[in-house]
Amino acid sequence: MPTIVSLRGVTKRFGRFTALDDVTFDVQSGETLVVIGPSGSGKSTLIRCINRLEAHDAGAIVVDGFTVGDTRQLTRIRAETGMVFQNFNLFPHLSVLRNVALAPVRVRGLSWRDAEDRARKLLERVGLAAHVTKYPAQLSGGQQQRVGIARALAMEPKLLLFDEPTSALDPEMVGEVLDVMQALARTGVTMIVVTHEMGFARRVADRVVFMDHGRLVEEGPPSTLFDAPRDPRLRGFLQAVLPH
Amino acid sequence: MSVFDTFLNWPVFIEALPMLLRGLGITLGLGLTAIGLGLAGGLVLVLLRLYGGRLLGPLAVAYIDVFRSVPVLVLLIVIYYALPFVGLRLSPFWAATSALSLVSAAYSAEILRAGIEGVPRGQFEAARALGLNAVRQMTDIILPQAIKLVIPPLTSNAINVMKDTALASVVAMPDLLKQATQAQALAANPTPLIGAAVIYVLMLLPFVRGVGLLEARLNRRGR
Repeated sequence: MPTIVSLRGVTKRFGRFTALDDVTFDVQSGETLVVIGPSGSGKSTLIRCINRLEAHDAGAIVVDGFTVGDTRQLTRIRAETGMVFQNFNLFPHLSVLRNVALAPVRVRGLSWRDAEDRARKLLERVGLAAHVTKYPAQLSGGQQQRVGIARALAMEPKLLLFDEPTSALDPEMVGEVLDVMQALARTGVTMIVVTHEMGFARRVADRVVFMDHGRLVEEGPPSTLFDAPRDPRLRGFLQAVLPH
Repeated sequence: MSVFDTFLNWPVFIEALPMLLRGLGITLGLGLTAIGLGLAGGLVLVLLRLYGGRLLGPLAVAYIDVFRSVPVLVLLIVIYYALPFVGLRLSPFWAATSALSLVSAAYSAEILRAGIEGVPRGQFEAARALGLNAVRQMTDIILPQAIKLVIPPLTSNAINVMKDTALASVVAMPDLLKQATQAQALAANPTPLIGAAVIYVLMLLPFVRGVGLLEARLNRRGR
């Protein structure tokens, strides 16, 4: 499997606070990588550096052969990288269909007709065929996040970034979003998922990385990480988050 | 002489009405042109201010501050009476339109800035993450939401511009106020002035009330 994302010594500071501290790892094409760790450990900053929503201060990030930080390659990186946000960030003034169809038209140059056909198929895939003409405010949180996933998929990205996609949802809506993500993981798209859903991590991840204080502390397959954690910080974290 | 003969003299009013309506047409033409140009100028200014970098950004800020400080009447008189000394001679209409638009652009820019900054950060991030370029981010995502937020203050600004058109009467622009003062002189009776005042109020009152209602509705919806 070829490497699609590679980070080498990536460091990011906010003022005097070090959010990412010399982080190095690779993601293989088709892999589902789940990033776990306590709040403020740098998980979100990590994936926000990959599509340059944050600019890293040191180190190198390469996505699909493109260097993150080279302005000329930025559009390519973002076009190949879909992102799903904690707060959905759907466009409230556009219909569900337009939310999904917009970027393929504006960035990929599709016609509205082709883009809307694609959008309808994707919305059907995430179980929202009946809602295409609605506006985001008319949908539940879980439905909105599924639109968010369809919007990211519409660009046919090589890489999907999920930034705590279920953290803003009511508990009864978490399942419907995780189901869509699990189905996606099986299609072979590369996913980097920041989440607190340990059950999801265990079931779906090919590999889990644990971060603490901006550092990558431990990584491995979910069975190893959850059942035989080596680092005491990971053990403490798992004790705190896993059901008692 | 009764109040009715002096201030509310119907025959005098009817006599003056054609002049007043001609003046109203000019006032509307002047006001709408200035509102349109001011809005366009404001949009350019706010984009320069927010995204113009280290050179154009401060220039936009300087423009906005200066033109929010200068009285419209002073600016108008400078444009009409001073610029001819350097060979720039504008008609009363264009002198008034320039003065009103230059000032309105500065206010519009500040209003639009509040609107753009009122759009949640997540909207910018989602637009960037999708790969939209800077122009598309603005036209497709940010401005449609920003403008909705600032329709009430933009309307207030438009009302002010419409009222300030009356200043054009000092550069011999035959607008509503100028026509009223001339009609008053002809009739030797102040009724046309009262008539002009009533026309201004009737023209703008619906917008003033509309802004109030719109703001109340936006507040109820929480944004």
